[in-house]
Amino acid sequence: MPTTQQNPLALVAELTHRCPLHCVYCSNPLELQSRANELSTETWSRVFKEAAEAGVLQADFTGGEPLARPDIVDLVRNARAAGLYASLITSGLPLDETKLEAIVEAGLDHFQLSFQGTREETANDISGTKSHQHKLRVLQWLKGYRIGLTLNFVIHRRNIGELEDMLAIVEESGAGCVEFASVQYYGWAFANRQNLLPTRQQLDYCVERLNRAEEQLRNKTRLVFVVPDYYAKFPKPCVGGWGRKLMLITPSGEALPCHAATVIPGLKFENVKNRSLREIWEHSDAFQKFRGEDWMQEPCKSCDRRTQDFGGCRCQALLLTGDPCATDPVCSLAPQRSKVDAILAKVNAPDGAGATIDPPAVISPSKIDWLYRPSPA
Amino acid sequence: MSVDLNSKPRLAAGCRMGENNNQRVLLMPERALRLIGPSLEIVSRCDGQHSVAQIIGELQLIYSKAEPHKVEQDILGYLALLQKERALDL
Repeated sequence: MPTTQQNPLALVAELTHRCPLHCVYCSNPLELQSRANELSTETWSRVFKEAAEAGVLQADFTGGEPLARPDIVDLVRNARAAGLYASLITSGLPLDETKLEAIVEAGLDHFQLSFQGTREETANDISGTKSHQHKLRVLQWLKGYRIGLTLNFVIHRRNIGELEDMLAIVEESGAGCVEFASVQYYGWAFANRQNLLPTRQQLDYCVERLNRAEEQLRNKTRLVFVVPDYYAKFPKPCVGGWGRKLMLITPSGEALPCHAATVIPGLKFENVKNRSLREIWEHSDAFQKFRGEDWMQEPCKSCDRRTQDFGGCRCQALLLTGDPCATDPVCSLAPQRSKVDAILAKVNAPDGAGATIDPPAVISPSKIDWLYRPSPA
Repeated sequence: MSVDLNSKPRLAAGCRMGENNNQRVLLMPERALRLIGPSLEIVSRCDGQHSVAQIIGELQLIYSKAEPHKVEQDILGYLALLQKERALDL
């Protein structure tokens, strides 16, 4: 049982799984929800009110592509009316100037635009669609508004070589924040890991370049670098600890403790159609399951870091070891760290998957056998 | 860390004051900062109207038992930090 029960602080509203992009590292589950199963405007609006009452400060509208919802303007307005800070996490693709103006007028606080790369060829290969030029247009439109702007570059073996051009886009945009987010290996990214995981040499280049960039951008743009955790010494405190800060609501209304939680067998998720958000937060089996420390095994159980990283990511433990209670195997103290080392050895081998890559060279996106995520009906 | 005493700080784009459970917070992209005591007094004056010098003067009155130079240094440090975190335009 949990020792202390805090309020949730963030609500991730996965409005839809529909998306014009087909990114090979999409964090959505392999089984995507169709439009027919999506929550109504009314249900979402009730959820926003319940969230604010439960202590949530911020709502992140994501998907899929949240702009694929025809009621996105109303949803933003209703989240603001409920008292939440409203963020839109988007590819920017189904956006025109009129829609942008309407969303800003509805009270949008923060716009996060994702980038797949800086070159038409790479970006389009990763997203399985033509998208890059449109994103640059969206950046120009955004200059007309005073709202928060974050650029999100998802980085991996195929585009680390484009860092210099990414930084140029950041400087031009005037964004308050930029995230260089290494791909995390769940869902579609797990399926495509062999083609995405960077080499150690690439990572070293990346760390060095971004350290310099942080200085260059000081007081203009805050830079956040999310490391590829397979290379880390300690695991990430996934979602700030299971059931401690975040609730994610899927397009059909299931309440999840994190994006990937559905991969863990036997977890039972409650639906916001049947239960209040607070009830789910406090009592749902899925939220209780890995809350606190009772579920932990050694070495987590007696580890000094257990209150910092909470044993790492449960979904990653499941995906790599088959046991969701295991220490996250990216941890250097994990009994099963050798599994991660074996994956890295393969990527870094002289004749391995990354062998032909010398940073900062750009890889021609030719003939890779990607598994693209589809857009559901 | 040099803050111009004449500049008039205002909250950066995407940042605004909010309230939750009777607690004032500074809402920012992806983050929120609880505002208590002096931090609330400082941030609520970052409205583009007050100069840094005015903010210092007003807080020195509120916290009249504290050493005025220490109050000034604390405020300058806090404003510089908020600028670095992109919560403020100075």
